[in-house]
Amino acid sequence: MRYEAPKSLDQAVALLSAEKGEARVLAGGTDLLVQMRTDVVEPTLLVDIKGIAELRQIKEEAGGFRVGAAVTGAELKEHPELKAAWPGVVEAANLIGSTQVQGRATMGGNLCNGSPAADSVPALIAAGAKACIVGPKGRREVPVEDVMLAPRKLSLAKGELIASFLLPARAPHTGDAYLRFIPRTEMDIAVVGCGVCLTLDAKGTCTAARVSLGAVAERPLLVAAAAAALIGSKVDDAALGKLDAAARAACRPIDDKRGTKDYRIKVAGVLARRAAQIALERARTA
Amino acid sequence: MAKHHIAATVNGDAVEFLCETDETLLDVLRNQLGLTGTKEGCSTGDCGACSVTVDGRLVCSCLMLGVEAGGKSIATVEGIADGETLHPLQRKFIEHAALQCGICTPGFLVAAKSLLEKKPDPTETEVRYWLAGNLCRCTGYDKIVRAVLDAAAEMRGA
Amino acid sequence: MQEKVKNAPGSEFQWIGTRPDRPDGVDKVTGRARFGADLAMAGQLVGLVLRSPHAHARLKSIDASAALKLPGVKAVVTRDDFKDQPSEFIPAGEMMINYRDVVRSVMAREKVLFEGHAVAAVAATSAAVAKQALKLIKVDYEVLPHVIDVVEAMRPDAPLLHEDLITAGVEPAPTKPSNVAKRIEFAIGDIEAGFKQADLVVERSFTTKAVHQGYIEPHACIATASEDGQAELWVSTQGHWIVRAHCARLLGWDVSQIRVTAAEIGGGFGGKTVVYLEPVALALAKKSGRPVKMVMTREEVFRASGPTSGAHVRIKIGAKKDGRIVAAEGELKYQAGAFPGSPVQPGCMCAFAPYDLENVKVVGYDVVSNRPKVAAYRAPGGPIAEFAVEQIIDEIAQSIGMDGIELRLKNAAKQGTKAAYGPKFGPIGLIETLEAAKSHAHWRTPLGKNQGRGIASGFWFNIGGETAVSLSLNEDGTLSLTAGTPDIGGLRASLCMMAAEELGVDLGKIRVQIGDTGQLGYNFLTGGSRSTFSSGMATVDAAREVMKEACKRAAKLWELPEDAVEYVNGGVRPAGPNAGKHAPMTLKDIAGIAGKTGGPIAGYARINAHGAAPSFATHIADVEVDPETGRVWVVRYTAIQDAGRAIHPSYVEGQYQGGVAQGIGWALNEEYIYGADGKLQNAGFLDYRVPVASDLPMIDTVIVEVPNPRHPYGVRGVGETPICPPMAAIANAVCNATGVRFTDLPMSPPKVLAALDEARAKGKAKI
Repeated sequence: MRYEAPKSLDQAVALLSAEKGEARVLAGGTDLLVQMRTDVVEPTLLVDIKGIAELRQIKEEAGGFRVGAAVTGAELKEHPELKAAWPGVVEAANLIGSTQVQGRATMGGNLCNGSPAADSVPALIAAGAKACIVGPKGRREVPVEDVMLAPRKLSLAKGELIASFLLPARAPHTGDAYLRFIPRTEMDIAVVGCGVCLTLDAKGTCTAARVSLGAVAERPLLVAAAAAALIGSKVDDAALGKLDAAARAACRPIDDKRGTKDYRIKVAGVLARRAAQIALERARTA
Repeated sequence: MAKHHIAATVNGDAVEFLCETDETLLDVLRNQLGLTGTKEGCSTGDCGACSVTVDGRLVCSCLMLGVEAGGKSIATVEGIADGETLHPLQRKFIEHAALQCGICTPGFLVAAKSLLEKKPDPTETEVRYWLAGNLCRCTGYDKIVRAVLDAAAEMRGA
Repeated sequence: MQEKVKNAPGSEFQWIGTRPDRPDGVDKVTGRARFGADLAMAGQLVGLVLRSPHAHARLKSIDASAALKLPGVKAVVTRDDFKDQPSEFIPAGEMMINYRDVVRSVMAREKVLFEGHAVAAVAATSAAVAKQALKLIKVDYEVLPHVIDVVEAMRPDAPLLHEDLITAGVEPAPTKPSNVAKRIEFAIGDIEAGFKQADLVVERSFTTKAVHQGYIEPHACIATASEDGQAELWVSTQGHWIVRAHCARLLGWDVSQIRVTAAEIGGGFGGKTVVYLEPVALALAKKSGRPVKMVMTREEVFRASGPTSGAHVRIKIGAKKDGRIVAAEGELKYQAGAFPGSPVQPGCMCAFAPYDLENVKVVGYDVVSNRPKVAAYRAPGGPIAEFAVEQIIDEIAQSIGMDGIELRLKNAAKQGTKAAYGPKFGPIGLIETLEAAKSHAHWRTPLGKNQGRGIASGFWFNIGGETAVSLSLNEDGTLSLTAGTPDIGGLRASLCMMAAEELGVDLGKIRVQIGDTGQLGYNFLTGGSRSTFSSGMATVDAAREVMKEACKRAAKLWELPEDAVEYVNGGVRPAGPNAGKHAPMTLKDIAGIAGKTGGPIAGYARINAHGAAPSFATHIADVEVDPETGRVWVVRYTAIQDAGRAIHPSYVEGQYQGGVAQGIGWALNEEYIYGADGKLQNAGFLDYRVPVASDLPMIDTVIVEVPNPRHPYGVRGVGETPICPPMAAIANAVCNATGVRFTDLPMSPPKVLAALDEARAKGKAKI
């Protein structure tokens, strides 16, 4: 197994495109190293992207933020402006694993690992984030919800990698939140994850919303019907009840060692309500 | 394929080592550098026994490759004491009986030291959540948390 | 430095009951202490095990020829390297094992009986080569149907694990083999008559899943064997004399040929009282002529080392309206794993032990199934039985409107009570723990929303056993103490304290080590909560020998009869009519004249420690339940237990807290999850969910002391009892919060929510 540490995106793309065997991008490595050790993947080439400066930066852009795909969860937490603008996203990235894991794990890796239960993804989707993908044919921007197709299957072509995430400019009175359900208090893979982002007008009516669910389908979902339940409402109990039902209806989960179908469906509704309430509080004070 | 030749700093000392691509930093510390204080409990990043800091950042050394350590400054449990003088955390762990078998202790000390460097006055809840990635099967965490809070208090007062 | 930890003058003891720093503490906080995987030897090879991917299969052939040809491979071992063993039962902690089964557990012979069963092992110059070599070993399996669940395994048409297994303990003996290894029964009085007197009878069935001890350090050892037959083994273990015995037996070597050194041990809880890698490492070392290091991965620990049983338990208790229990019946079916030997017997013995009962009958079944052979786990069998019994007690208390503590007090076992399993109790502390619970602030604190409180009592017998300790007086008056029970949680501190107390010397003058098997007579393992009790007793004996010898030497010097000299305050002086004739001599002075008065002065105790006494506990648990997700948090916990005498209270408290944490994990989230294919699905700490620091509150402890009259300091073993009450205390608390009683462990959120929804539909839920 070879190891390369390119200093530019072009170099990284060239290495990934040219590899005849299996090339893997190495950012935080917190999923990749485990899979290598258990022979789930057997790469012939590791491309370490941590030496590429633009992938490690957080920059304000177009009123929003461009977050390098290889910025760690811990670093996200230490960026006060990002944390203030998108607390849901930052908290979600900092629920992955443990403090030690957050010291290495990145949102790029969390998405590209291709797990429907990834914690940062529903928060990014709810925030309306776009993934900036770079490859042999150039750059393209894609909504985060379109990157993952199925477990371990991405819509990236050979040679492509995610360079950054673009978080949009936040409208006034916008709040985001991410909650997940796990049996312990930390350290578990999400049984259900839910990201909610909503915007209020001056009267407290919800004018825009995005709701995303993780671990309840073959990929993280953007649930338009759940958002519709909130838009036009004051996010009162009646609206939250509709949100709960819409979230449940969108689930197509599996039974596995982490949760049953029925349980995931029920809890999806509960988390959607609770996340919406946190997002509402944040929107009111924003 | 030839091994990687890596130069790094460990506990303040310059080191050089050779490693295969798939050798973890944990493998290198224990097998090449003879620093067996850092422990292997699971190799999947779920137990924290292998905790070290890399350029001041708390990580699991089983989730990092040796080849990624080039040019980095790594701190392990062996570097916590200052010569003969134990760090307050080390003293408090002994004083509070915050260890029974001791296998998780190096990981906890590295993790707790990292916490107190960032947050000198943590609450009990903050201590517990910061240390959630360090498993202990002997103590039930009670005395560990007390030792960390007591060390924090001493370090603030000193 | 040690001065400050002495007791104040006027206290009964100088050192006992204080909290000095443990002697191995500095090594453990600096990373210097060496655990099983921390030793490396020049020229060492890496040993890896090939494990069965099938839960049940006939092992038709193994061909390692391709592996042996791989450059870097120095040896391969299979079943052919271990002679078959006749059936013979020997003690391992509180359980019995059979060598015929041990040799098969270590390396499969006719069949593989669980996924992960060892089939072959290689020693090679690197892990990469060893891994490659395993892939080259060709094994021909004939896959057989498998059975995992204990009730399924008891069915007459279940796949049969052992063609010659006839249920023992049944008259007349069955004619056909089955998976039921043994039936046992304990009974006193007449339960039929007893139940007839009852005003109220409560009967329920309970199920628990297999759980693992969860020690953070995987099994590890390093073995060398030289051409002249001498071998050495460095190993993380709870009992190095046991390891030596098993290895000698399995390899056909003299016991004296193997010297075993116990490394520091990173947790055992019973799981390191048996052998897995050790005989294999020695066999590879012999064959290759080089040291062989073997370390299990975490996955191997889960797949291939012994967890404890899962079980089906039915309990029936009859009581009168005034709370007096008149009859108690239990049926316990425990899963043994691939070979007979579940802890169903101690489970049966523990079940009703806290109660003074006239009519009791407990029946137990030991059942094999296609899982790893269970190993001891902290009070083996006890927590399962007590989970069931203490819930029925709670239900009875609720039904008759009596407080749970009062009901237990009314029926509490005390000195003189005849236990259902035989012996009469000497002085015991159950009532004291119940009274302490009643008067504890925790019991009176109001509960918050969605919260509930539960209590449970628990018991473990504790054992003594063979022990050898040596205590030498050094030339400068310091002492060297060598004990043989590995230190898993503070033992060395307690032994030094007992020696210092006896000898009247400063604690800092005694240095303690755990000796290897070449340095002492036989020591039974650290388990059964025996090490402070047994090694402590032997340490005291050894100290008294030193004191006696000191008197003898002074008498010689002073030309007095031996009994005319007494040992007082860390030295000797003439006694009685001779008092004052000579200036007293300190132990240091005596050390100075040792050579010319007869030679080195040492005490060497070799005993079979008798008089181990049970430890009772009462726990109070508060939980909070999230009504919408079914998640349960433990928000407050108090563990009250009788230690007899706490030599070092911090380490006694530590045992209480550690057992509680394991019990909480067992109650809420830990379980082995098997697929339909008989394979373990959660062989790692990600999905085998032990409690993390943020899951638990502070665990308050109360040490009750009802001294054990048969130990010089009154010590009772304390390590195992703490894991017995938590599951029931939490289940009782959840019932108090929700109105729903949970009879199936773990009480994981999906199950709690489903049960809550069902109860809500019937109008029976409290939240």
